[in-house]
Amino acid sequence: MKTERRVIPIKVEARSTLTPQDDAAVRTVINKMQDMPGALLPILHGVQDALGYVPKDAIPVIAQALNLSRAEVHGVVSFYHWYRQEKPGEHVIHLCRAEACQSRGAVALEAHAKAKLGVDFHGTSSDGRYTLEPAYCLGNCALSPAVMIDGELYGRVSPQRFDTLLEKTAEEAAS
Amino acid sequence: MTTTIYIPRDAAALSVGADDTAKALAAEAQRLGVAARIVRNSSRGMLWLEPVVEVEVNGKRHAYGPVQAEDVASLFAADFVNGGAHPLALGPTDDIPYLKNQERLTFARAGLTDPVSIDDYIAHDGYKGLTNALAMAPAAIVEAVLDSGLRGRGGAAFPAGIKWKTVLNAPVEGDGQKYVVCNADEGDSGTFADRMIMEGDPFVLIEGMTIAGIAGGATRGYIYLRCEYPHAQRALNEAIANAYARNYLGANILGSGKHFDLEVRMGAGAYICGEETSLLESLEGKRGQVRFKPPVPALKGLFGCPTIINNVVTLASVPVILDKGAEHYKNFGVGRSRGTLPIQLAGNIKHGGLVEKAFGVTLRELLYDFGGGSASGRPIRTVQVGGPLGAYIPESQFDLPLDYEAYAKSGNMVGHGGIVVFDDTVDMAAMARYAMEFCAIESCGKCTPCRIGSTRGVEVIDRMLAGDLPVKQEALLRDLCETMLAGSLCALGGMVPYPVLSALNHFPEDFQSQPQRARAAS
Ligand SMILES: Cc1cc2nc3c(=O)[nH]c(=O)nc-3n(C[C@H](O)[C@H](O)[C@H](O)COP(=O)(O)O)c2cc1C
Ligand code: FES
Repeated sequence: MKTERRVIPIKVEARSTLTPQDDAAVRTVINKMQDMPGALLPILHGVQDALGYVPKDAIPVIAQALNLSRAEVHGVVSFYHWYRQEKPGEHVIHLCRAEACQSRGAVALEAHAKAKLGVDFHGTSSDGRYTLEPAYCLGNCALSPAVMIDGELYGRVSPQRFDTLLEKTAEEAAS
Repeated sequence: MTTTIYIPRDAAALSVGADDTAKALAAEAQRLGVAARIVRNSSRGMLWLEPVVEVEVNGKRHAYGPVQAEDVASLFAADFVNGGAHPLALGPTDDIPYLKNQERLTFARAGLTDPVSIDDYIAHDGYKGLTNALAMAPAAIVEAVLDSGLRGRGGAAFPAGIKWKTVLNAPVEGDGQKYVVCNADEGDSGTFADRMIMEGDPFVLIEGMTIAGIAGGATRGYIYLRCEYPHAQRALNEAIANAYARNYLGANILGSGKHFDLEVRMGAGAYICGEETSLLESLEGKRGQVRFKPPVPALKGLFGCPTIINNVVTLASVPVILDKGAEHYKNFGVGRSRGTLPIQLAGNIKHGGLVEKAFGVTLRELLYDFGGGSASGRPIRTVQVGGPLGAYIPESQFDLPLDYEAYAKSGNMVGHGGIVVFDDTVDMAAMARYAMEFCAIESCGKCTPCRIGSTRGVEVIDRMLAGDLPVKQEALLRDLCETMLAGSLCALGGMVPYPVLSALNHFPEDFQSQPQRARAAS
């Protein structure tokens, strides 16, 4: 009787999809920081600051430089809420969900923002303009609800003020 | 004569338009040919009045607020540079009751100085504590901190001096490295005192950490700062660079032979990294998972070395102790809660901001005398003290004095001194559910009661509110809370039962299911 020959597939690692520019940016960050004690978080911040996110294909490069396994680097990237593995929109909006903001209408603001942008948390609007992220306190609890857009803090953000802030980012982009 | 005008660079002030106001001030002064020096100070802490503009008249500062850019022309028209009358005038800043009735030790310089100017800092009593410390033996510094009664302001209220003493006496291995780590993760909702120190008076933290280094024999320090605070990051880095330039940091500090290096490291949006062992893991470049204790960080901390780890406010309270003496600090407060606490009034409160008071002040004084009642004008129903793991306190306990022991005895927590105010529209079942949800999102995953229990908690509350065997669900929720309380590795899972159970115990009516409510109404 003829037996089926079993073929064990060998997975070939897909080629890195990093563009040469992105690859160079990642390596620049690594070269600058890899000798710091506990360098992984600073490197990930550096990469995200440069590219807006930590691309999947940056992980093997970082792992090799720090003599870590990819799994270890991936574990760190995925543990921390701040690191993003997808390219964000042009503007990143952090909306505070925590108690002091809830006491002044954050729940309604959250619903408004999601409806306005047509996204859930971690999503990017279909025009690629805005990424919406939750935050758990922005340290502006006396002037709640609070929102941070591209690192700028805003207080007493009503739904109307939220819309005004969006318009402002659009105007700045146009000018 | 040049007039000095102050307008804060504090992030809260910026969040309501301080930069636009500053620009308008400069433009209008130029247009009118008024010789003005505009100083970007830090906030005085009257956050509901931000942006607060101050002007110096005959050496006395007069305040106006809230000043938006469009108010600037009318301010000049009212001759505010000479303290002129205006609807936004608040009078001499130091006479405003909100400030006058405080006891500011740690926040003594808040709003007075240009935060990153070392000369300003020194002119306002800065670096006196370090100067004294440099002339003392490390053990004497530790003794002063012990005698002051200073306890950790990050939440656990452990005596700072005992930690320092442990590090001073800790045996060292290898190259003998010890560390000072500042916990600047300030994750609790309703808290911003750490942020205000770091943005508004960064040198006081730098000075406190330098003193800690000398006392414990540590030559390296890290500030672990949450990444939600980019303004604090910039202020700290600027101040640190200035301190290096003037030899208040680095090798042979002020010719004393002492060495202390300091660096800011950014967190990455994980609440659990405020827990000290998780923070140390994170600083080492790992996932922020909680470590088993013992060993305590004072013996085996960062990279396995003896480490002093303290909260921002704890460390920022050290300079005044070394400057004015342990006795001076200790004379404030009640019982075993010595000194002052920077309290943060947040949420639905009319006069939100920073109130530094000696321990012993009651919630009622804070909420009504300082806070002026709710912002919405509705009755205050409850306050949450001590962050997302703190209990919800009902009105019947508003006369509780601020005191670690008195709070603990009544099932509450002082924590980092944040007070979040809710009016009578709050749904306490939603707040309890949120507490469990928050724990599920932020759990580090190492222990089961916290990792699984929090998700089960959300489900049980949902079933309870849906009217699915509500009596049984309540028993289950209480049982679950007990398991989390007793079985969690750290206070995240271990304390989330506090907000949940306090909501359930004080406001059971909010937990009635829709069918129950309908029945009660008919
Ligand atoms: C879940 C959790 C979060 C915490 N977050 C913070 C924080 O954001 N800031 C802080 O100073 N302490 C925080 N702590 C307390 C720290 O574990 C620790 O007690 C503190 O850093 C010690 O400093 P201290 O003695 O000066 O308070 C947290 C504790 C837990 C369990
Ligand atoms: S709770 Fe939203 S800023 Fe603090």
